[in-house]
This record gives sequence, C-alpha cells and structure tokens, in this order.
Amino acid sequence: MYLLSGENITCGYGAVDIVTNCNIGVYKGKISSVVGPNGAGKSTAMKALFGLLPIKNGKVVFDGEDITNLPPQQRVLKGMGFVPQTNNIFPSLTVQENLEIGSFIDQNNKNEMLKYVYDLFPILKDKKNQDAGELSGGQRQQVAVGRALMTKPKLLMLDEPSAGVSPIIMDGLFTKIKEIANQGTAVLMVEQNAKQALKISDLGFVLSQGKNLFTDSGNSLLANKEVRQAFLGG
Amino acid sequence: MDFINGITLIANYIVIPGLTYGSQLALGALGITIIYSVLRFSNFAHGEFMSFGAMNSILLSWLFISLGVTLNPLPTAIIVLPIAIVLTISYCIIMDKFIFKFYRKQNSKSVINLIVSIGVMFFTGGLIRFIVGPGDKNFFDGERFILKARTFKNITGLNEGLTLKTTQGITIILSVLLVILLFWFLNKTKTGKSMRAYSDNKELALLSGINPEKVVLITWIITGTLACVAGTLYGLDKSYKPFTYLHLVLPIFSAAIVGGVGNPVGAIIGGFVIAFSELIITFAYKKIFFYFLPINFVPEGLLQILSTDYKIAISFLILVLVLLIKPTGIYKGKII
Repeated sequence: MYLLSGENITCGYGAVDIVTNCNIGVYKGKISSVVGPNGAGKSTAMKALFGLLPIKNGKVVFDGEDITNLPPQQRVLKGMGFVPQTNNIFPSLTVQENLEIGSFIDQNNKNEMLKYVYDLFPILKDKKNQDAGELSGGQRQQVAVGRALMTKPKLLMLDEPSAGVSPIIMDGLFTKIKEIANQGTAVLMVEQNAKQALKISDLGFVLSQGKNLFTDSGNSLLANKEVRQAFLGG
Repeated sequence: MDFINGITLIANYIVIPGLTYGSQLALGALGITIIYSVLRFSNFAHGEFMSFGAMNSILLSWLFISLGVTLNPLPTAIIVLPIAIVLTISYCIIMDKFIFKFYRKQNSKSVINLIVSIGVMFFTGGLIRFIVGPGDKNFFDGERFILKARTFKNITGLNEGLTLKTTQGITIILSVLLVILLFWFLNKTKTGKSMRAYSDNKELALLSGINPEKVVLITWIITGTLACVAGTLYGLDKSYKPFTYLHLVLPIFSAAIVGGVGNPVGAIIGGFVIAFSELIITFAYKKIFFYFLPINFVPEGLLQILSTDYKIAISFLILVLVLLIKPTGIYKGKII
C-alpha cells in the first residue's frame, strides 16, 4: 500500500494536458524517483500531487485518504512537505528564521525538528544567523530541505533537489536524502540526474511525454537495457 | 570663541532641524517601503494618509482642549495620538478593502496599483479638505521651547543662540521609540517574521501556511500608525496645511529610494540624507564664514547655493541621480 499515490492523473496548464493517465506512488519510509527527459511532465506531476495544480482526472490518495481537492497548506498539516525547484528559500531571512517559518503552520515539533535539521546539516548550525540568500547553492538547498522537514512530515517531496549544485555537493545531498528516508520519512523526488537518483531509490518511475513508460525498482531500471539506452546514456 | 559660535550656528540651523525633518521623512519613507515590500506597489497615497492622520490629531486636539483635557507643557496632540492612529489605521483598512483588495485579487501589475494609489491620493486629499478646509491649521499648545535662544546665550555667554523647540524634541524621541518598536516587531515576533517571509517569497510563504490576508492587514496597521505619527509630528512642527502633504510625497519617495526600496534601515538613512541635503544646500553660509574666516575675507553675498523655494527640487535631483547611478539605493533594495 502506497503512502502517497497519484492514480491515473491527468493535468496540465490551460487546455493542454502535460501529464496523461499517470500513476506515481511512494511507500512508507522509502524513496521513489520520477525520472525522464526534459519536458516529460515530471515537475508538473509533482505539483499536481501537492495540489499546486488542479487535477482534471484521477485521484491523489495520502495515508488512505482521498486528498485530491485539498489545498497545499492542508496537505502540509496532513504530513506532506514540499521543496520547490526554484525560489525555495527566504533569501533575506536568516537560516534559523527560514526553518522557523517552516514550522509556522504546526509548532508541535518545532524544537525537536530544529535539532534534527541541525544534526542532519551541521553547516546550517554554524550559519544559523546568516541570511540564507548569502549561502552557496548547496547550502541553500539544505535550508530548503530543512524548512520542509520542520513540520515532521511523513513524506518529503523534492522537485529537482540537485539542480544548480556541483557534482560533489550533489553526492552529499543524495546521501542526506537516503539518511532522511532511513529515519522513516518517505521521499518522492523528481530528478534530472536519473542514474544517481535511481541508485538510491526503492521505486523508479520513467516518464516520457506525460505518460508512464517504465515502473520498477531503482536497480531493475538501472539494469534495464531499454531504459539505459533511451534515458541513461547507455 | 568664534569657533564655538560657528558650531552653535550650525547646530541651531542645520543639525537640529535636520534631525527633526529627517525623522519625519524617515517615518514616512518607512511606510512607503513597507507597502512596497509586502504589497509590491509604490503607494502615492502615503502623503495623504499622513495628512489624514494629522487631521485626526487636529480635530481630536481641538475637542480635548475644548473639554479642558491638556497635557501642559506638552502639546495635547500627544494624548490624542493613539486615537488618531486607530482612526488612520481604520481609514487605511477601508481603502484596502474597497479599492486595493480588488486589484490584489486580480494580481494586477505594480504599475496599475500605483495608478490606483494616485486615485486614492486625490480622493483622500479631497476628503481632508472637505472636512477641515484647505487653510492653515495650528494645533500646537503647551510650552513652545525646551531650550530658548536667550537662555542658552545667558548660560554660555555666546553670541549665537541654540534653540530646541518642544516639537523637535518630541519628534526625535517619538521617532526613535517607534523605529525601535517596528524593528523589534519585524525581527523578533512570529508575525513580524511571517511578514518578512511573505515579502521575500510570496509563494513559499503561502506553502508554509502564512495567511496572506493577515499579513496584508498587519501591513496596513503598521503603515497607518507610521503615517499618522509622521503626519502629526510634521504638522506640529511646521503647522498643518493639507497641500503641503501633497508635496511631501516627493521627499519621502526620494528617501525610500535613496535608502533602497524595501529596506527599512535604508528608509531611515534615506530620510536623513534627504533632510540634510535640503538644509545644507539651501542654507545661507554668510554668517558661518563670518565666524570662521578673518573679517576681511568674508564675502558679501548670502552664500546660499539655492533659495529655500527650491527645496523640493533637491529631493527630485537626488532621486534622479540615485536612479541613474545606483538604482538599488544605499542598502541594496529592490529595483523599481
């Protein structure tokens, strides 16, 4: 049973459908990755799952409950955290204030999660009084993930977490994502770096032109000859 | 002795008036900056909001004086200020509910909001003149001076006097208190932080569960308070006339832009930059040279760079220069 599942989702902007009849899901405490070429509708599907985009067809189920028509803020209260691809921090607020805003809607786990985030990303603790806008790309991404973790979500959704960070930082980031999942928070991410994402994923979804092409475990997809040739560069 | 006389002269005609006028401009510019950073438009109606606040203080002062409630030696305006603030805030919120909200819901461009604010400016100006009339109003009562020129001369034995008007003292003290309160609110309280977050990244703020309507409401409460206090202080200090507030919009905008729009610290610095530039450029330096130079070297003219009639032109000039050379202002603000 999926923790979050999008069943036969169709959505898009205006009259154009970007995603058609798509199935995406993530198990409790596991990692799922959505990969595919540019313009495959990965980010669009992600936004639809979080309620940032109206769904024309299909339904979204979280923790056994139909949340298709729930606004994003309510989904945060249900236990979903979302990290957008761009503009995902408050640049003129300090690192600590960024994290505090993360727990604005739900103060229950504030102190516990603040400690958890600082333990997960020790560099943020050193820079907690610095403006988040002054940080490097990788550190900003850590702030963004940290902000989404502040409500102690059951599921963390990441839209292209490795966009705009250097390869070394990227490795570190994927390690942290794995760590987050090991602590019990499920992770659903959209990634350009298909190979690396699938390596740490329990489940992978290959999307192309808004449709499911392959769905399998991360390792099987990596081993699949067809997937490798078409999407992973051989 | 001449040297000290010269310094006293500068203090009396530039430093004290500059600090006073600068504080008034700073409070006004803070209002502009806060509206700009949260609601994303340049609020041209702010000068009239200040005028509206001053008008409230005047009417209430008259009422209180006629009832015999005064605060001698301080002006009665100080007692009525809280009520005047509440009235001004209510007016701002009414304007928002009936006018600005409509355009906000449509996600109108900043320039459309700006034009709307010009409409609100004319409406408010008309309303004010309808209520109190266009003429000069004096609502100052109580002790006029904290320090009189004659007393100062007697104490120090100098030729030059130093005066400190009660209004100047009140302006500086109230401004400092208000600014401290504002910064404490923005940096330390949960609501203040959520307001800054909303101004920084609206979408992410909504995702984080910040209620936009509440942020807008708080923004107007702060703006109304700043406008009322700034307007009242300016009116107390310089006597109240509705049309002067129409002209005040220019120096206030210059102050906000010079400091960096959207940056509260910048607005304060900008206020003082504009105030001191106006005073320094329009001051007649003859007397200062009289103290500092040997008597034969003192030139004949007034040594005034520009007549005080051109005061407003100076803020305009500074505004243009800043926009040409450093559009982000002193503290990096948002580019208009």
